[in-house]
Amino acid sequence: MSSRLHAALPVPAMMRLAWRNLWRNHRRTLIMLLAIAIGVWAMIFMTALMRGMVDEMISDGIESLPGYVQIHHADFRDDPSIQNSLQAPGHELLSALGNTVVAGWTSRVRVPAMISSEKDSRGVTLLGVDPAGEIAVGFDLTNMVAGRFLDGPTDKGLVIGRKLLERLETRLGKRVVVMSQDPNNNVADRGFRIVGVYKATLEGQEERFVYGGRSNIQSLLKMGSQVSEIAITGHDYRAVDELLASIRQARPPGSEVLPWMELEGYLYSMMVMMDGFVLVWIIVIFVALSFGLINTLMMAIFERIREIGLMQALGMRPTSILYLVLLESLLLLALGLLIGNILAVGSILSLRGGIDLSAVAKGMEMFGAGSTLYPALKLGDLATANVVVIVLGLLTSLLPAWRASRYSPVEAITKI
Amino acid sequence: MILSLRMAWRNLWRHKRRTWLTALAMIFSNVLLVFMISLQFGSYDMMINNTLQAFSGHIQVQHPGYNDNPKLRQSIPAVVPLAVELRSTLPGAHIAARGAAFALVSSDQRSLGIQIIGVEPDHEPWVSTLPGLVREGRFLKDSLAAEIVIGRVLARNLKVSVGDELTLLGSGRDGSFAAGVVTVTGIFDSGSGDLDRSLAEVPLRYFQETFAMRDHGHSVVVAVDEIDTVPTAFAAVSHEIQDKPDLTALDWNQLQPGLKQAIQADMSSAWFMYGLLIILVAFSVLNTQLMSVLERTREFGVITALGVKPRKLASLVILETALMALLGLVIGVAIGWMVAAYLNTVGFHYPGMEQMAEKFNLPDRVYPSVTFFSMILGPGVVFLFSLLAAVYPSLRLFRLQPVEAMRAV
Repeated sequence: MSSRLHAALPVPAMMRLAWRNLWRNHRRTLIMLLAIAIGVWAMIFMTALMRGMVDEMISDGIESLPGYVQIHHADFRDDPSIQNSLQAPGHELLSALGNTVVAGWTSRVRVPAMISSEKDSRGVTLLGVDPAGEIAVGFDLTNMVAGRFLDGPTDKGLVIGRKLLERLETRLGKRVVVMSQDPNNNVADRGFRIVGVYKATLEGQEERFVYGGRSNIQSLLKMGSQVSEIAITGHDYRAVDELLASIRQARPPGSEVLPWMELEGYLYSMMVMMDGFVLVWIIVIFVALSFGLINTLMMAIFERIREIGLMQALGMRPTSILYLVLLESLLLLALGLLIGNILAVGSILSLRGGIDLSAVAKGMEMFGAGSTLYPALKLGDLATANVVVIVLGLLTSLLPAWRASRYSPVEAITKI
Repeated sequence: MILSLRMAWRNLWRHKRRTWLTALAMIFSNVLLVFMISLQFGSYDMMINNTLQAFSGHIQVQHPGYNDNPKLRQSIPAVVPLAVELRSTLPGAHIAARGAAFALVSSDQRSLGIQIIGVEPDHEPWVSTLPGLVREGRFLKDSLAAEIVIGRVLARNLKVSVGDELTLLGSGRDGSFAAGVVTVTGIFDSGSGDLDRSLAEVPLRYFQETFAMRDHGHSVVVAVDEIDTVPTAFAAVSHEIQDKPDLTALDWNQLQPGLKQAIQADMSSAWFMYGLLIILVAFSVLNTQLMSVLERTREFGVITALGVKPRKLASLVILETALMALLGLVIGVAIGWMVAAYLNTVGFHYPGMEQMAEKFNLPDRVYPSVTFFSMILGPGVVFLFSLLAAVYPSLRLFRLQPVEAMRAV
């Protein structure tokens, strides 16, 4: 007996011992288990909600319009006018755009314009587009709520947002007048028929962007085959370096190539903040849990001081006691993680259809987010939560475990 | 009472380490809550003030329907006399009349569609911060002059500076063609991209003439000094115009529905997180108190055998919890208050905040609001939940069988 205890217990026996110790006081263990499960659920669920919101914001914000990477005239950002236009992509750029890192690209005319119906006028951004290219960079045809999208660069029709249609008090099929200026500062205006109406996540977009056929707009503005910008999408918006480098190499003289991070500073700062938030949130929840965890282990040890002393007197090594306490903690954490993960994945799956936030839609729009929130479960976040709980949990348990292994047998046995 | 207080206090320190650990959990969450809540309140205040003071004011009188659908035709007659009348009703508030229209503005080199606001040069500086933010040139002076004040981004896009001329093209209230030539007298820089890009102000009477408005305007703006006084001012304005069916009063919440909703959305997600944190603390308390009751089974058995009612023991356990929670509250609030008060003087900033701040009309440093309410709200809820967590352990005392309990190990 003495020699077996002395030579450290075999793992299955230790395991059995730890498991039984855990359930000696089932109430305490259950409460702690519940707390760990709720904590883990909170970590994963809340993270998925925030991720969902920011992912949606970024994909809505960059995919259809700016693209991951954009080329424009070097002065265009400062002065977005027709004078600062680009030549249509040349041979070298076209071959770079054929690269596999490019998922889609499009070139468009983008000018400020005034649009007037019989009832009202509004300042808008007029986009002269090639519909096939727009679809390639992410324009979603299911967002068309009436009529059709443009059928080619020469389409003479106009596609406007739902909110703008309302503001102008006009209808599908009606004519509106678009006024802008050509490169010689002459006012250029033309009547267009509204052939389609689109919806967007943000009302602000619906009011701002008006789509026309690219060649048609180019002829209205007397700009030949020039364009204002070329938008390019890749395969992962977080990793645009390769895409950026390959486009930069082939960029036409006098142009500027920028990633979305610089074009949409707000969205980028949201993304960076969210990455930080996930870790801070997981750690805050863990710290809140850790006090209870240490307490539970300390109480469990305190009750067993005599027993621990006896085991030591019989020859069990202090390290074995340390392992035993750590094993108890590991079992507790693993069980809590299991329940917490199941709860989190279950609740996220049950909310797949999205959470309706239309009661605060205008407020969400201020954040740049839509009014339906889709939780997004990221494997990376799931892993972070689990690793943090296990690793930091065991580190926290080291303190009570170490103390337990340091009792001197005689003192411990005589303690009441 | 004093006796049970002393007993509860002593009981608490029988397990020094356990009590401190539980109190630490409370202190941790209390400090966090005080910091977060005071930061939230501070930025909400700034968001509201900056947004409202920049342009929209706290209350506006408009034509019914104009707010949802701002059309030139939905105007209010005799707008300047109405402003004068309201000034006598609300002597403490600042009041100015405005008109608004969309027009194409052209310089020599550029044309852009923007919003033109007709303002009373004498009164506008009191209801909006834009006149005070004129960085080049000066604000409008004469109510009939053909002058215009524009934002910095707009000036850059139009490639104009002070002294240059701009042409306005649009349509008048009667559907006629509206046109005018104005001189840029000032350029403002508000820091808000939207205002700086798409807004221009001209004198009200010049506006009325150019856009065939006769004596009409679109809104009378009321700005008060303290946001708390909005409801009283709103009631007074509503009372004043109640017999005029073609007028309606709107408060800032109706004028800027996004603002309150953004705050609500932020508030509810924050409270969801705080709630989870508080629940975890409550579990900690539940575990500690349950253990402390269970380990005293024998002692409690003896006491009940001596004739002490279970109710008395239960309230002792609640009292112990209250003392522990109070300890967590006092220390937590003290540390949280120090952090908040420090940041209240130097401001809080984190990298990447500028972009977000600009979106919400915030400066790039936020100052936490240090009030009794913002300090005590979070810790108060923690305190309450800790007491709730002690209910189950203390209820167990009512089921105590003295004889059995005395035999317990």
